[in-house]
Amino acid sequence: MRTLFHLTAREVKSFFYSPIAYVMLVIFLALNGVAFYYAVQTLTKIPADESVVFVTFFSPFFVWPFILIMPLLTMRVFADEFRMGTIESLTTAPVKDWQVVMAKFFGALVFYIVLFIPTYCYFFFYKWFTGIPAAFAAGPYWGSALLLLLAGMFFISMGCLASALNREQINAAAMSLVMTVLFIFLAALPDFFVGKNEEETKWLTHFIGYISFFEHLPTFCRGIIDTRPIVFYLSLTALFLFITHHVFQARKWKS
Amino acid sequence: MISVKNLSKKYGSFTAVNDISFEVEKGEIVGFLGPNGAGKSTTMKILTGYLPPTSGSASIAGFDVFEKSIEARRRLGYLPENTPLYLDMRVNEYLRYRAHLKGVARGKVSEAVGEAIELCSLRDVEKKMIGALSKGYRQRVGLADALVHDPDLLILDEPTIGLDPNQIRSVRELIKNLAQRRTVLISTHILPEVEIMCSRVVVIHKGKIRASDTAENLLKNHRAAGQLRIEAKAGPEAREEFGRMTGVKDVQVEQDGEFTTFTLRLDANADVSEEAFRLAADRKWNVRELVRKRATLEDVFVELTHSDI
Repeated sequence: MRTLFHLTAREVKSFFYSPIAYVMLVIFLALNGVAFYYAVQTLTKIPADESVVFVTFFSPFFVWPFILIMPLLTMRVFADEFRMGTIESLTTAPVKDWQVVMAKFFGALVFYIVLFIPTYCYFFFYKWFTGIPAAFAAGPYWGSALLLLLAGMFFISMGCLASALNREQINAAAMSLVMTVLFIFLAALPDFFVGKNEEETKWLTHFIGYISFFEHLPTFCRGIIDTRPIVFYLSLTALFLFITHHVFQARKWKS
Repeated sequence: MISVKNLSKKYGSFTAVNDISFEVEKGEIVGFLGPNGAGKSTTMKILTGYLPPTSGSASIAGFDVFEKSIEARRRLGYLPENTPLYLDMRVNEYLRYRAHLKGVARGKVSEAVGEAIELCSLRDVEKKMIGALSKGYRQRVGLADALVHDPDLLILDEPTIGLDPNQIRSVRELIKNLAQRRTVLISTHILPEVEIMCSRVVVIHKGKIRASDTAENLLKNHRAAGQLRIEAKAGPEAREEFGRMTGVKDVQVEQDGEFTTFTLRLDANADVSEEAFRLAADRKWNVRELVRKRATLEDVFVELTHSDI
């Protein structure tokens, strides 16, 4: 436990040692600000039966930075250690491989959470500055936070795998970007079947509905805590971390 | 302390280490010698648990480096080749982190780090970023890292490579200090270093162990024996005559004004200096200088690792 803690602490610190982290924080915050601004604008002009949380997170100003930030978070975690050779001093210390993998994962996750804290403050700042309470309830607020945490865990575990598979950060970033984009836009797949026999594509729509991030987001943003996505994201995270662990250990396979 | 039995390592079809066996006793300082690509680093990587062996086994303090890797790793301090470090950390911060990883008791971390900093003379730079340090300092940070948990065994992969002569001397002094109550396995190219520091030398070439003995015995027993240099006023015929003496491998000639320098390469334990002197006296070649040069470890090294063997 102590080893894991120190490994994780080092990972978290290493994020904040690089200026890129602050650039990421600022840009992400600014774009979320834009998303929030438009959400408030939209709701003022066209009153809708949606919370400001939902409208903010459905904005392209949120979705695109969200997708792009994932590879940046995880690209260096393993690739950098391999490139710098520090993997050798790390793995010849009495630490277990799973501890290294979990530390990398938790390190990125902590930074991911830090990335979202200012955004979650927006909803309260609105009230401070305008005196009008923003249109959201505790349900959407915490529901969306839970989903973003779960989805973040999943995307980070995917990014960790990409980083473990590549020696160069840029390759790791490209690989995890492709995986993230593919997964996110699975939701668009049923659109290609519009006009086809609905009975035939029903199972696909149903399946995509089960795994798509864009299907989960509205649910959680309404404050509905659906256990199926929770199980889905947790088990996929575990699976990707398991594969990452094995990839990381591959150097120890006897040849 | 270290026991290596029939260890082999293959990278695809390339055999880096080919069925080697050796032992290192507690308290020994063993120099691991060999040309680049001989298998030194690979052997060290296997010993430290970074790479698995293809076949054979190795153990440290009785713990198999593959089966009981964590236990084995607890007992060793390793300085990898080129000293990889986190350049974005400060020296004392890095050493504290490493001490925690290596299981130094919580209350003793500051003490252990302080000792390592003192031992490696890092006091002046302890608050500096590792990325801002010179190569010599980085090397010392690597060493401090290797010994921060006070291991019984130090494995140092080319600790003096890329350093200037002053730095080499200070690192050498440091290693000598460290070795007083530890076992050390050190790989290097710098042969005088081995002669000064090591109680035993293991020479490895093309994945095979060529010799394992004290530097003294290696010099005594090895074919790469000495040279005899004669500066004399003599014609070219002298070359042949010197070459005819038993024990002379070959003769090199160099003209130096009126005098000619003959360098005779000799077989092991052959001493032809008296014979050569008499020959010169008989032929009335005026001798200005006659020097017997003993073989150095370098000669032994070249002899043992000459690639046509």
